[in-house]
Amino acid sequence: MMNLDLIFPEIFLSLAIMSLLMIGVFKKNSEKLVYNLSTIILVILLALVINLFSIDETFVFNESYKIDNLSIFMKSLIIMVAIFVMISSFSYVKSLNILKIEYPILILSSILGMMIMISSNDLIIFYLGLELQSLALYVLASFNRDNILSSESGLKYFVLSALSSGLLLYGCSLVYGFSGSTNFTTIATTSSNIEYGVTFGLVFIIVGLAFKISAVPFHMWAPDVYQGSPTSVTLFFSALPKAAALTVFIRFLYIPFVNLIEQWQTILIFISLASMLFGAIAAIGQLNLKRLIAYSSIGHMGYALAGLATGTNQGIQSSVTYISIYLVMTLAFFSCLFMLRKKSIFYEKIEDLSGLSSNHPILSISLLIVLFSLAGIPPLAGFFAKFYIFMAVIEQSMYFLAIVGLLSTVVAAFYYLRLIKIIYFDDPKGKFETDHYFGLKVTLAISTGILALYFIYPGILNELVSKIIII
Amino acid sequence: MFEVGLGHYLTLGAIIFTIGLVGIFLNRKNVIVLLMSIELILLAVNINLVSFSIFINDLSGQIFTLFILTVAAAEAAIGLAIIVVYFRNAGTIRVEEIEKLKG
Repeated sequence: MMNLDLIFPEIFLSLAIMSLLMIGVFKKNSEKLVYNLSTIILVILLALVINLFSIDETFVFNESYKIDNLSIFMKSLIIMVAIFVMISSFSYVKSLNILKIEYPILILSSILGMMIMISSNDLIIFYLGLELQSLALYVLASFNRDNILSSESGLKYFVLSALSSGLLLYGCSLVYGFSGSTNFTTIATTSSNIEYGVTFGLVFIIVGLAFKISAVPFHMWAPDVYQGSPTSVTLFFSALPKAAALTVFIRFLYIPFVNLIEQWQTILIFISLASMLFGAIAAIGQLNLKRLIAYSSIGHMGYALAGLATGTNQGIQSSVTYISIYLVMTLAFFSCLFMLRKKSIFYEKIEDLSGLSSNHPILSISLLIVLFSLAGIPPLAGFFAKFYIFMAVIEQSMYFLAIVGLLSTVVAAFYYLRLIKIIYFDDPKGKFETDHYFGLKVTLAISTGILALYFIYPGILNELVSKIIII
Repeated sequence: MFEVGLGHYLTLGAIIFTIGLVGIFLNRKNVIVLLMSIELILLAVNINLVSFSIFINDLSGQIFTLFILTVAAAEAAIGLAIIVVYFRNAGTIRVEEIEKLKG
């Protein structure tokens, strides 16, 4: 008998999604109930996933599904962030009038897709997980359907994401044909003698994955989609799919294509350099906070990929640490964004922040911590994230990558510091409302707390991450 | 006698794939054409997979194709739904006029 209890979290989540759909259909006005139930389901799911911790590397379903430390860590990270996304965006979703039963159900199904993606050890399973995740995300992006910006962002995201899935699939077909199997482990053993077809497929797969994590030169969808979709969905977009896609990146590069490291290392270094520089430079002229955070996330993905380009366990671990801290920073930033509200209109322009500190000192302090952390200023968590990446990069004597990374941190610090200047030294504008939903306050407090106090116990995260051993 | 081999199928797949790719980037008129181009890309992948599957005597390629066909249908349905929503808001689906989001 197969180890069904290893995939119990996934089974539980899919059953929960189906029963939530039933509740939504047969019970009138059940939007709030479904929303709260799905938050509870996520909490239970987190417990189920954490329950699997410290299990040895195990395969299920004919070696097509893999449970190891990396997958369990990333799954629990994603579910944890998803819980906070749900509780922090409740009041936003409600006041924008997009609180329908489909909204939490779509979020749950995209999380199911991510969990499958993260654990996949087979091209077919990976593709199904990826599509389950992105089909739900297309709908979420255009969820505010009476708003032209939201539907336009959904349309753009759909076209570009479907294109990237197509590229990725073409790569998968070539890899399958020239290595003779869809299983990652088998591909690794057969692709050691260099076949041009496999290398060709590898390039297509890297392009498709780079689309999904919005790395340069495949980033063009990110700013538009971030700006147009509802802010709660933007928060979801900028956090969870990136973590899942980065895990898949690790899986692809270090299991089936580990023998082709010379071929993909150069590509990855290029993508990483371009993302770091572009993210730093293009963000300077932005006026919209959501657009700004889109460019900033492009830059952050560059750093995460720099860790992967090293080809060592230390590099992978530093990337995983980076993405975890990045998720916390995104959560904190968007919680601040949800608080800029006046008469149920949400403000998202940079000029709306002007003089925020005189009316809202606590909110300004949190934004200060988040922005300093995004810029990578010690002793905040963002500094340590970058520090681990640079350590791993320098250890492999890839000095050029490290130098360009440091330089683009300096450039990027400019626009974060400009925001801080606007918050603290410009003329104050009108007051925002202060009666925030309880969950939003809790999220902001916890996430900024983690960012500010991470340096006291960096060992907690490091110890968990150090168990992730891929090669 | 002329024999049709793996290379011919792969070339056919590559040509259809390129037509789909070029269609996405050159098309300035209608969003529906984008959907058709995406469908072409997926069909090219299917041709590749089926021909590989036959030539290396392994069934998983054909199973992969069945999954891709299913997902492509779902994708087309969602894409059309999004296009309808967009049309109701903007009154047009010309690609050149989709530019409200810029910066």
